[in-house]
Amino acid sequence: MSIDLMVNGKRCRVETEARTTLLDCLRDALGLTGTHMGCEHGVCGVCTVLLDGVPIRSCLMFAVQADGYDITTIEGLAPGPGELSIIQDAFCETHGMQCGYCTPAMILTANALLANNPEPSREEIVEAISGNICRCTGYMQIVEAIALAAERLRGANRPVEVAQ
Amino acid sequence: MVGQGRFAADVSLPNTKHIAFVTSPYPAARIVAIDKTSALALSGTHYVLDGRELADATLPLVSGLDTPNVVRRSLAVGAARYSGEWVAAVVADTRALAEDAAELVQIDYEPLPYVLDAETALSAGAPPVHAAHESNVLLDRTFVWGDVERDFAESPHRLAFRVKWGRSSTVPLETFTVTASFDPWRDILDVWASIQMPKFPDQIAVALKLQASSVRVHHDVDVGGSYGVKRGIKHAVLAGYLAKRLAVPIRLVEDRLENMRGGDAHGPERLFDVEIAFDGSGVIRSMKMQALDNVGAYAGRAPFQLGKPIGAIVGPYRIGSVQYRAIAVTTNKTVQDAVRGFGQAPTNYAIERAIEEVAARLSLDPLDVRRRNFIRAEQFPYTIPTGSSYDSGDYHAVVEKTLVRGDYVALLAEREKWRAEGLLAGIGIAACLEPSGGNAVFETLLNPQTTTTTWMESCRIIVDTTGGITATIHTNSSGQGHETLVATVVGEVLEVDPDRVRVVRPDSLSSLPGNSPVGSRMAIMLGGAAFHAAQKLKTKLIGIAAHDLGIPVDRAVYRAGEVNDRTDAKRLRTWNELVAIAHRHFHRLPPDTEPGLAVSHILQVPTGGTLPTPDGRVNMYPCFAFEFHLLLLTIDPELGKPEIRRYLVGHDCGTVINPKIVRGMTLGGIAHGIGAALLEEFAYNDEGQLIAQSLMDYLLPSSHEVPPVEIVGHVTPSPHTVLGQKGSGESGYLGAPAAIANGVNDALRPLGIKVDNLPIRIAALADMIAAARQTSA
Repeated sequence: MSIDLMVNGKRCRVETEARTTLLDCLRDALGLTGTHMGCEHGVCGVCTVLLDGVPIRSCLMFAVQADGYDITTIEGLAPGPGELSIIQDAFCETHGMQCGYCTPAMILTANALLANNPEPSREEIVEAISGNICRCTGYMQIVEAIALAAERLRGANRPVEVAQ
Repeated sequence: MVGQGRFAADVSLPNTKHIAFVTSPYPAARIVAIDKTSALALSGTHYVLDGRELADATLPLVSGLDTPNVVRRSLAVGAARYSGEWVAAVVADTRALAEDAAELVQIDYEPLPYVLDAETALSAGAPPVHAAHESNVLLDRTFVWGDVERDFAESPHRLAFRVKWGRSSTVPLETFTVTASFDPWRDILDVWASIQMPKFPDQIAVALKLQASSVRVHHDVDVGGSYGVKRGIKHAVLAGYLAKRLAVPIRLVEDRLENMRGGDAHGPERLFDVEIAFDGSGVIRSMKMQALDNVGAYAGRAPFQLGKPIGAIVGPYRIGSVQYRAIAVTTNKTVQDAVRGFGQAPTNYAIERAIEEVAARLSLDPLDVRRRNFIRAEQFPYTIPTGSSYDSGDYHAVVEKTLVRGDYVALLAEREKWRAEGLLAGIGIAACLEPSGGNAVFETLLNPQTTTTTWMESCRIIVDTTGGITATIHTNSSGQGHETLVATVVGEVLEVDPDRVRVVRPDSLSSLPGNSPVGSRMAIMLGGAAFHAAQKLKTKLIGIAAHDLGIPVDRAVYRAGEVNDRTDAKRLRTWNELVAIAHRHFHRLPPDTEPGLAVSHILQVPTGGTLPTPDGRVNMYPCFAFEFHLLLLTIDPELGKPEIRRYLVGHDCGTVINPKIVRGMTLGGIAHGIGAALLEEFAYNDEGQLIAQSLMDYLLPSSHEVPPVEIVGHVTPSPHTVLGQKGSGESGYLGAPAAIANGVNDALRPLGIKVDNLPIRIAALADMIAAARQTSA
């Protein structure tokens, strides 16, 4: 069947089977291989994408169910070619990744957290990423990355809103 | 970071076909008949491969043991030997279709007797997992180093205990993945795989009866975690065979169930019987250790994982004599592969338990017992009874620093505070070594027919006509930061910004010899190879400049890419000038100098290169890093749930090349150790079924289970490496399980009970505590 997905701000028409997961659809039909497969039963979190800004498991959702939502994958976060977002840059700076397999999911989860909570405590960061398993880092440098990104985002220049 | 990684499952070739497996539902069964008709009738299904066809066309997988009747192949042939073993592979247009078709393959089995427990498997009358081998023993070697019996007879105290290390593994988030494509005109099999495997192309080639020059493994594939287990020979041989047989690209991506049951990536399951002889002050004179490993249905890497610990069998202690018996037995469980530390973490757990037992017997502080037995700083290099020469260290200093940082007295007071509040509370301590950079001589030691004495690693550096620097790595990485390592070392030697050094991974046909990132070796071996290659480049640049300046070589001084005349610094050749001479001006090169700027170095393992003596002594590793774990934990007596309140680790891995990478490795290792100690186990039921077969049953530590860890650094350079570095890829994991187990037992001590098995499950702990309280009440 044919569905319309809004992915990273672009509307994409996709031919898919009813049984195809959003994960497989993003990877196979749209070539967005930054979303990874880990357990396919919703535990490890490496398939996390944002659905209207909320982290969800793309392995537990059919592609057809995502019709009408605004989907963000890791490919949608860098501000431009060769550039990193503040959160991505913070992960580099603190060495918040090793093999990189859970990293897209961690960064998306961090985006969702910091969008709603600009000054999270350590406990809040730990809670936010507790559904995302990382087997390499022991989490500390990821927690430090998110705290650093939060600090930088709070200190960043923001566009001035001009009254219409 | 931006979704542009290139993992094996991201490699997409036109017309790729996909594999799903039909697996054995029985722990042991004869395969009577395989009916493929219905499966092949399904539209989109192309092939069903069974073990017989594969066996006729390929050679068995190599185990390194001298056990010709224990034959391992990618698919079961004639009999299945564990539940979940791959019996047939279905090839279809998509993975989903392949799974549909796999359900339609009809297999008649005749169930056979099975055995799950290692001691039962050893006993007379146990069903042999491999009938032709007649027994379940794959390996049974006893080594005696020193006069053990005399030392036991002369020691005033002796004790014995038994502990068990449960079956867990590294369980990377990326399952094993391989894509293979065969070009029959060029006679080349291309392989993209998520590997961490020494001699991977060679092993595929041997099994498929090809020259290794016909197997091109692409090393520029990112690997989504491994920590030892991503060996994948059985996967790659299967995919390679099908790619050749069907003349289409084949992709094998294990699903989580295939990975956990049939991926052959379990870790050690080891029963230790230990005897200790010691004096009244707690000084240990001798140790007898028997390690019985339940290797599963085939050899895998398990038997040799009993060998590596020989390199540090006495830990950081001055134990004068050792008897070590290593037994590997087959059972009807999943096969083991290499796990972080290659058997060292279980052995460290047994050694550290020994220290605790001695302290308890003599009513001494276990910290004091460790200090009394530690090798002292002035005794290095220190040769242990097995022939290993510990390179350097200052164990007392690392312990002291850690105790100061942790405020040990305050920590003891905090333990009492928690106890007063009704919780069980304990201090956990472990000290251990991380042997690193080895030459795999444990294979030679356990199987004298093996005579390998090198385990080299290589690096090539090329400076192009624009002056750009490119260095090479000849293996995959799974997150260890090898690019950073090479760029840093080359930058250090050439005195240039590491960001100027491009690091690439040529495929296996363009690679120099290497052995992949196993055994905590890459800082030592790849770092060493990069260092020497950069030195060769520097020497060549100095020679070119000296000749062009008309001065003797010893008057030419290299500084940050330029070479000047020591007596007149203004006379110099810049980097760009030297590059131009090397690439274009042959007439200005010194005589007998090759044009261009390309150098390479193949590094032999420092201190390696000799065979073991007939009595089983050999120096296995060039470097021995030290770690000292100190933690405080509490246990809620009703729930049985341990909670780590404070965790410190003193760590000395010599010169640290990249502090963030070493820290990350150590923190990740401790998280993995927390899993092995408290959460992770491939549990089986009595029917031989793996019951922890999803991540809902096999529990990985989340951010909630891993506490903040304070690392206390100390640097004792190794005399055997180019920068004084030692390995750190297994750090944390090697001592954390022992420290946590010791902490739990310290907490349980007031109840008069202790735990002897890992992992320490919450439910079991709660039951033990309840029973003990009932008894005392």
